[in-house]
Amino acid sequence: MRNIFIIAKRELGTYFGTPLAYVFIVIFLALTGALTFYLGGFLYNGEADLHVFFVYHPWVYLLLVPAVAMRLWAEERKTGTIENLMTLPVSTYEAVLGKYLAAWVFCGIALALTFPIWITVNILGDPDNGVIIASYLGSFLMAGAFLAIGSCMSALTKNQVIAFVIAATACFLFTMSGLDLVLNFFRGWAPDWFVDAVASLSFLTHFNAVTQGLIEARDLVFFISLIAFWLFANVVVVDLKRAS
Amino acid sequence: MASMIETRNLTKRFGLITAVDDVTLSVEAGEVLGFLGPNGAGKSTAMKMVTGFLEPTSGSASVCGHEVLDDPVAVKRALGYLPEGAPTYGDMTPLSYLGFVAQIRGFDGAEKRKRIDAVVEKVALEEVLRQPIETLSKGFKRRVGLAQAMLHDPPVLIMDEPTDGLDPNQKRHVRALIREMAKNKAIVISTHILEEVDAVCTRAVIIARGKIRADGRPDVLRAQAANHNSVLITASQKDAETIRRKIANLPDVKAAEIIGTVDGISKLRISPKRAKSIATDVADLVRSAALPVQEIFVEQGSLDDVFWDMTMGHSGGGASHA
Repeated sequence: MRNIFIIAKRELGTYFGTPLAYVFIVIFLALTGALTFYLGGFLYNGEADLHVFFVYHPWVYLLLVPAVAMRLWAEERKTGTIENLMTLPVSTYEAVLGKYLAAWVFCGIALALTFPIWITVNILGDPDNGVIIASYLGSFLMAGAFLAIGSCMSALTKNQVIAFVIAATACFLFTMSGLDLVLNFFRGWAPDWFVDAVASLSFLTHFNAVTQGLIEARDLVFFISLIAFWLFANVVVVDLKRAS
Repeated sequence: MASMIETRNLTKRFGLITAVDDVTLSVEAGEVLGFLGPNGAGKSTAMKMVTGFLEPTSGSASVCGHEVLDDPVAVKRALGYLPEGAPTYGDMTPLSYLGFVAQIRGFDGAEKRKRIDAVVEKVALEEVLRQPIETLSKGFKRRVGLAQAMLHDPPVLIMDEPTDGLDPNQKRHVRALIREMAKNKAIVISTHILEEVDAVCTRAVIIARGKIRADGRPDVLRAQAANHNSVLITASQKDAETIRRKIANLPDVKAAEIIGTVDGISKLRISPKRAKSIATDVADLVRSAALPVQEIFVEQGSLDDVFWDMTMGHSGGGASHA
C-alpha cells in the first residue's frame, strides 16, 4: 500500500515537473470550453444544467487520455528505467496501481479545474447540483476506464505512438460499442446475447445514464469492474514481458 | 551457509537464440566477481535473471538464500542493481530520485536523509544534487545510478558495466569505491575492459555465447595465456641468430624465435614447454655462455590473450598453453 503511494507521488511529480501537465490541462480546458460554448450553445439553450458540457467529455477523453496513458509504461521501457523500477522491492501490482493512480489523480485535477463552469451555471440559473455532482463522478470514472485501457496498451510496447494509437482505437470501440457502427459488425453472425453483451459495454450508454443524474449501481459497477479488468491485464502484460 | 548469489543451470532463450546457457555459479561474501565476455555474450541477460527482472527459461537463482522466482521482493531488498547504461528518470533531480528510492527501500525522515547524505558523499554528487538528471554529464549520471544501487547498503551488488563511459579519473574513483565495499559484500560487475578485472576483481568468469568458458582468480587465468612465462630477449641483430640457436637447445624450451628487428636490435621470444618457468635457465645460460644480450624479461601473459582464446571458440579450458 505504502509503495503504491510512493510510486504515485513520484509519477505525479513527473507530470508537474515537465510541460506535460500544463499542456494537457490547458488543452483540456480549452477543448471542453470551446465544445460547450460553441457546439453546445451553452449560453443560448436556455437550460440551467451542464448537460452540454458533459456530453462532449467522452470525445475529449478519447483524444487526450490515451496521450496521458501512452507514456506510463512505454517510456519506462524505452529509457530502461523499468529495470530500476522493477528491481526495487515492489511487486508488479504495486507498480501498476501506483502509476495508474498518479495518472488518474492527474486527470481528476484537470477535471476539477473546470469548476468555473459550475459556478457560472449556478450564477445564471438554478441547476440541479445533484445531477452535476453525479456527472462529475461519472466523467471521472470514465476517464479512469480510458486510462486503464491506455495503461495496459502502454505496457505492450516501448513505442509511445503505437501505444497511443492502439489505446485510442480500443477506447473508441468501447465508446461506440452501443452504436450501429460497432454492432453491425457483429449482427448477422454472432448470437443475439453476444450483440447485447457488446452493446452493454458501451461507455456512452453508461455515461449518459450517469449524466441524467441516475447514479445506478450497475453503471458504477460497470466502470469500476472495467478498470479492475484492464489493470489486471496490465499486471499480466508487465509480468509476461519479464519472461520474454 | 548458503552463498550470497547462487545460480543453478540458469538458461535463457530468446526464440532460437540461447542467450544464457546452463550457467551454474556461486558467489560468496568478500568476492568481487568480474563477469567478462564480448558484447552479446549473455552477461547482462544473466545478471537480469539474478535480479528478477527477467525470468529464466529454465534453471533458478537465489540471492542471500531467497529464491528469485518464489520471493522476488526479498531478493530485491537484498540487492543493489546498476542496470546497463545506468538509466534514471531524466526529469528528476538526483536528490528527488534518491529520495524516491530511499522511500521505496523503507527509509523515512532522519534515516532517509542520513542514507542519502552518506551515499551522495561516497559517489561525490553534492554539486549537482538539484539539477535535472538529464542535464548531467555521463559521469554524473553513472554516479546517480551507483548511488541508487548502494543507498541501502545491500549485501549483494550487481553492476552492469559500472565504469562504461567514465573518464580515467572517474574510473579510478569507481573502482576504489568497489574495492572499499568489497570486504563484506558479494559484488558482481560485468565488463569487457580487462584492466578492470586486474584493478578490482578477486575472481573472473569468462562467458561467451552464453556459456562459462573459464572461472578463476585473474592471475590463475592469466597463467593460461599462450605466452605465459615465455622470455623476451633483445640483442643486436648480428648476434640474434647465434643466441637463438643456443637457447633453443635448453631442455625446457619449446621454441625460440626472432619476432622482430628494429634499428638493428632484434627481439626474441623463447616459449617454454607447458608454461614452465624457464627464466632462470635462460639467464644462467646467458651468463655462462656470455651471450651478448641487452635485456631479458618474463612475459606474464595477458588476460587479453586468454580472453581471445576462450571467446573466439577455437579452444576451451586449459588447451591454450599447448
